[in-house]
Amino acid sequence: MPFIPHSEQDVADMLAAIGAERIDDLFDEIPAELRAGKLAKVPSGLSEMAVSRLLTERAEADGRYLNFLGAGAYEHHIPAAVWQITTRGEFYSAYTPYQAEASQGTLQLIYEYQTMMTRLTGLDVSNASLYDGGSGLAEAVLMAVRTHKSGVSRILMPRTVHPLYRAATRAIVHNQKIDIVELDYDPATGRTVLPAEPGAFAALVIPQPNFFGVLEDVDGLTTWAHHHGGRAIALVNPTSLAILKAPGRWGSTGADIAVGDGQPLGAPLASGGPYFGFMCCKQEFVRQMPGRIVGRTVDAEGKPGFTLTLQAREQHIRRSKATSNICTNQGLVVTAATQYMSLLGPEGLARVARASHGNAVKMVEKLTAAGAKRVFSGAFFHEAVLQLPAAVAKVLHALLGQGIVGGYDLSRDYPELGSALLVCSTETKTEEDLDKYAQQMQRILSKTTEPPPCARK
Amino acid sequence: MLIFEQAHPGRRAHAQLPDIDGDIADLPTDLLRDSPPALPQCSEMDVVRHYTRLSQKNFSIDTQFYPLGSCTMKYNPRACNSLAMLPQFLARHPHAPAETGQGFLQCMHELQEMLKDVTGMAGVSLAPMAGAQGEFAGVAMIRAYHDARGDSARREILVPDAAHGTNPATAVMCGYTVREIPTDAQGNVDLEALRAAVGPQTAGLMLTNPSTLGVFEKAILQIRDIVHAAGGLLYYDGANLNAILGRVKPGDMGFDVIHMNLHKTFSTPHGGGGPGAGPVGVAERLLPFMPVPVVVNDNGIYRQATEADLPQTIGRLSANGGNAGVLLRAYIYARMLGAEGMHRVAEFATLNANYLMARLAAAGFELAYPTRRASHEFIVSLKKLKDETGVTAMDFAKRLLDYGYHAPTTYFPLLVPECLLIEPTETESKETLDGFVEAMSKIRQEAESNPELVRGAPYTQPVRRLDDVRAARELDLTWKK
Repeated sequence: MPFIPHSEQDVADMLAAIGAERIDDLFDEIPAELRAGKLAKVPSGLSEMAVSRLLTERAEADGRYLNFLGAGAYEHHIPAAVWQITTRGEFYSAYTPYQAEASQGTLQLIYEYQTMMTRLTGLDVSNASLYDGGSGLAEAVLMAVRTHKSGVSRILMPRTVHPLYRAATRAIVHNQKIDIVELDYDPATGRTVLPAEPGAFAALVIPQPNFFGVLEDVDGLTTWAHHHGGRAIALVNPTSLAILKAPGRWGSTGADIAVGDGQPLGAPLASGGPYFGFMCCKQEFVRQMPGRIVGRTVDAEGKPGFTLTLQAREQHIRRSKATSNICTNQGLVVTAATQYMSLLGPEGLARVARASHGNAVKMVEKLTAAGAKRVFSGAFFHEAVLQLPAAVAKVLHALLGQGIVGGYDLSRDYPELGSALLVCSTETKTEEDLDKYAQQMQRILSKTTEPPPCARK
Repeated sequence: MLIFEQAHPGRRAHAQLPDIDGDIADLPTDLLRDSPPALPQCSEMDVVRHYTRLSQKNFSIDTQFYPLGSCTMKYNPRACNSLAMLPQFLARHPHAPAETGQGFLQCMHELQEMLKDVTGMAGVSLAPMAGAQGEFAGVAMIRAYHDARGDSARREILVPDAAHGTNPATAVMCGYTVREIPTDAQGNVDLEALRAAVGPQTAGLMLTNPSTLGVFEKAILQIRDIVHAAGGLLYYDGANLNAILGRVKPGDMGFDVIHMNLHKTFSTPHGGGGPGAGPVGVAERLLPFMPVPVVVNDNGIYRQATEADLPQTIGRLSANGGNAGVLLRAYIYARMLGAEGMHRVAEFATLNANYLMARLAAAGFELAYPTRRASHEFIVSLKKLKDETGVTAMDFAKRLLDYGYHAPTTYFPLLVPECLLIEPTETESKETLDGFVEAMSKIRQEAESNPELVRGAPYTQPVRRLDDVRAARELDLTWKK
């Protein structure tokens, strides 16, 4: 009986106290015809030793690859301390901090997290996190519409926003009468092109860097959005904010809301999660912000302490009038991210950003020398779009055979780019890694046939 | 003390600096920031000590009993964490080809199959990242189903008044209006009111069973017939699935769509507020609308089905397919339990709840539904105590912290005044439950003899009772030097 501590004597004593003969009697209010039979598709239970062997085999079947794929999820070094402390039972197995006095650890940590995020984004307030960047963008869109008094619900969404973020946003706002208008990009620079006559809109989404890795003219876009009466939603990579201008400083008055995926701040790639979405905004919009927020207050003796606040926005109080149905934050991942930011500090994070950029520039040089072609002229952060003289899917397949995950195939979402590949490099790549990738790319593109050295780790 | 107050200009965790640096001279200067973000400047030991100390200011399952109703705070097995963090699992990119994740994807496929079996549903999608997102997916599927049939006049979702707040909030996010259905004196959905409420405008009914009142809806099959006869669909809120795991399948009760909270029933960690996982299960007629990705097995090769496979899908709920690591922990838990272990979950969760209820009743506490069996949880009302002593459920809850017990859920459901919703879970021993009864009895004695003592609680926590009003009125959400 895994994880059930009862002895036979315990069960007998407990049933006697209840006045029941058998455990089955406790289910006597449930109609008999509803009683489930044996679970046919659930195998027999495993000991910890057996399940360890099983999972180790499964993990080994996955293998290890040299990864140049980014597209919204980035490989960074994570300090050992981060997940050792995050998985301490006191963080790992704690509940949502509704009983504030018994949750000061989690609450203070979130307050510190909120402070760090406002310092990265240059905005006034932060929530305690959302599920991920994609659903976070949907929440930002809904929030922008709420703050727009005129009832306008058109959103301008550049095609340079991650296609899966656009998909998630569409799915989440689908039934709320929100009109999402996609904006095209300049095929030369890879930057967003603004419409001459935009009409009324609630918000413009501004990705920085954009999905192509290209840096947008964020000042111009923000000022333009405000000039036309819309909000500016910044969609940003938190690592890049160590070196790039903070959204709160964009244009003349700053972006109104900043969102993004916090994964680069200490969350492993892990097949997609858990990550977290972050959201910051100007003070004036705090009451329209979804998600939990922690505030500092005082206790009965005047001593400072932390508690969840502005709960009147939330579903457990407001029910059908809540800002969102969300009633979670990605607490444990935020716990990791807060430690990550503390361990890296301003200089460490900036160096991660610079090293990622430097490696990406080198990678692009080496890959273009190997036969790929850069597609966009705009400056990029740590990702770039390359055009290949062969079908991307075939090249990626061949690279995989050499233990390399080569990038993101853009041909489905951007067929107009032809055989285009989005490649990424972070601080985790060495010169040898970059050379290896370039050599394999060259070999595959030149269709050389000599047997490659076995490269799989 | 905050991490910022311990920071020291120029101090660094040197081992964490990347070996290489990079030149950013090629980036346009007007896009760069003027000065680095003011993150704390600390040594590695500073950070380790600070966050270790912070962790010690928390209650947690690993340190305390959490009889928190509707939250299923059961033990989180350590193996689930360590095995989900095997290096190959952590290193895999979400958009890497399926070939690089056959081990992981097989786990996900088997998890889907096991969840289908225990819930009696025809299909399961693991995409939703929390219970509330599972609810969203479920209601969005109900809407997509009606819309696909051209049955678009159905614009109303019925929700019992005892429901979780997420239910009405979710219905609104899906463009529906909400109508509340009252509860009768025995804690059941009022069938007459339900009959009167359904009609051609009814899109569906959202129901938790056992309900948030800790009792099983005896008339569930009649409820099913009333809603289905009106053309509505039946939504199962899986918040209380632990009460019936391996015992009753929601599919057999007639539910068309359900969500599960894996952070409750399948013991993934609550993590101080997340991440969770809220997979959805659907009956045959909703299969085409499931959120993507869904893991499929094509002749022994596992892959994630997308919009191309499910053209009528409600779409994607996240950029990267869901909280994979949480799902992996749930999978490991399910494999350790096995079929026989799952059958026992509901049995022992129910045994513990009924035992605790019997003991508390014998100790003189007033039950909200004294004639009913407890499911995996039950409600005590402290209304009489409050009338006599002025001690509220909140005071009582705070005093329990001093005795080393996390408070039960207070003031929910809203129907029962001064309520404590108590859920012990199957992983607690009789001795722990006995200790809790003893603490409850002592606090009641204190309330009767010295109510001020209880009203001033807690005394033993890192802080005394916090001023929530001030927190909301004088917003202090970030630290400013």
